[in-house]
Amino acid sequence: MAQGIDPIHQFQLHDLAGPWNIAGYEISFTNSALFMGIAVGVVTLTLLAAASRAALVPGRLQSVGELWYEFIHNMVRNVLGAEGKPFFPLVFSLFSFVLVANLLGMFPYFFTVTSHVVVTGTLAVFVVGLVVVVGIVKHGLGWFKLFVPHGVPMVILPFISLIEVISFLSRPVSLGLRLFGNMLAGHIVLKVFAGFVVLLGSMGLGGIVGAIAPLGMAVALTALEFLVAFLQAFVFAILTCVYLNDALHTHH
Amino acid sequence: MSQSTLVVAEATTEAPATGEAPAEGTAPAGGEAGHGTESTGAEGGHHGAFPPMDAQSFPSQIFWLVVFFGLLYLLMSKLALPRMAAVLNNRHKTLEADLSKASALKNETESAIKSYEKALADARAKAQGIATETRARMTAEVEGERSKLETSVAAKIAAAETRIAGLKEQAMKDVGEVAAETAADIVAELTGAQVSKADAAKAIAGLKG
Amino acid sequence: MDPVAAKMIGAGIACIGMGGAGIGVGHIFGNFLAGALRNPAAASAQFTNALIGAALAEGLGIFSLVIALLLLFAV
Repeated sequence: MAQGIDPIHQFQLHDLAGPWNIAGYEISFTNSALFMGIAVGVVTLTLLAAASRAALVPGRLQSVGELWYEFIHNMVRNVLGAEGKPFFPLVFSLFSFVLVANLLGMFPYFFTVTSHVVVTGTLAVFVVGLVVVVGIVKHGLGWFKLFVPHGVPMVILPFISLIEVISFLSRPVSLGLRLFGNMLAGHIVLKVFAGFVVLLGSMGLGGIVGAIAPLGMAVALTALEFLVAFLQAFVFAILTCVYLNDALHTHH
Repeated sequence: MSQSTLVVAEATTEAPATGEAPAEGTAPAGGEAGHGTESTGAEGGHHGAFPPMDAQSFPSQIFWLVVFFGLLYLLMSKLALPRMAAVLNNRHKTLEADLSKASALKNETESAIKSYEKALADARAKAQGIATETRARMTAEVEGERSKLETSVAAKIAAAETRIAGLKEQAMKDVGEVAAETAADIVAELTGAQVSKADAAKAIAGLKG
Repeated sequence: MDPVAAKMIGAGIACIGMGGAGIGVGHIFGNFLAGALRNPAAASAQFTNALIGAALAEGLGIFSLVIALLLLFAV
């Protein structure tokens, strides 16, 4: 009973296999890894199934796949332009992984991969690291002029540069924590309201009547969480595009 | 991270215990195991850290994330996205071809309409030309007929007029002769003197004079 | 003071920061709506920017949530 309404329990990791010792670290196949694999499988199978018929007039599944493809394709083209073409598979993979992981988390008893800070943080650090690498490869060391804005008086330039550097370094933090925080907070709130329903329901007839309000709230929050699941994946993808834009087109 | 092996081992042995231990409501534990606050024992809840921030699980999560995300990236970039792009490209091309065919057909139709309209306009212009020509010819004919008629009528009038003038002259001459004869007769009756016709005429002319 | 109680109070205070994020997100969408009603033709093109702004504003609020969670569970 108490375990059922503990809102933190859903984030618990369980070892499904392992642990194995790899390069000094304990690596075990957890439920998190299982759902990462499921997300990858869902994305890949959906897209392959959507592309398999290749009908001229798309069916329902093919429409979903095409919408999905074109949504990210247009995003990359609008934000990055023609130079962003090599990054399209990456942005698509990021968006799809985050989206499907978020949506899988909406199923009861399913694990939400993106509710663990290390997952979102790793993705965010990877994105910002990629921005730095691409920027230096494309513009050489001149890319660091990004931190030295034009038309700023010499007196305050060091401070502005410092602020720019700090704002750049806060990008992976905010990118990762935003997704993590949204998913975590959403699932905790959902679980808390569901816990109210269970708690009130066990208190007899009056409690069951009183449980209607938190039940309605839980239903409404579920709808909101679906929106958040999509929105956060979208935001993650478009911020990836915006950050990559800094690496591709530096504005001095 | 060398200590992590030890801590993970501890955590994994603790994991089942966490599930069985009755957590008091939503109240979290007083901290990590070994933190040493007095309340930890009383609360008796989770011994591990907050799972999403539990550093012991980081290596394995990062490892599997890298593995699965890399797999997803490979599958997307090598398999799924090219197929999707091919489908969309195919559609795009077919649409393009159909559209160009449609526009060609439309151009054809338009040119047909244009030629039809041109033929219509030509025919109309031709009809108009014929009409004006006919009208002109008919007017000319009518005009010629009339002038011919007019000249013949004028000639007849002129002939009649000359005849009338001749008759008039004759009549006047006759009148003089008759007057002279009558005058001579009257004189002979009145005076008994014989007056020649010539004298009488002379006298009349004198009277007239 | 009881350290657990202090942590709880600290977490509660940290969550006030979420209110700031709420104000910020509300400002963004309110102003977006005001602009969209004035010039509906340009609205759809700017919706993405509104979402980016909302995400950036919300991210700062999430920081305070994370601080609260850290206080509750990690410290």
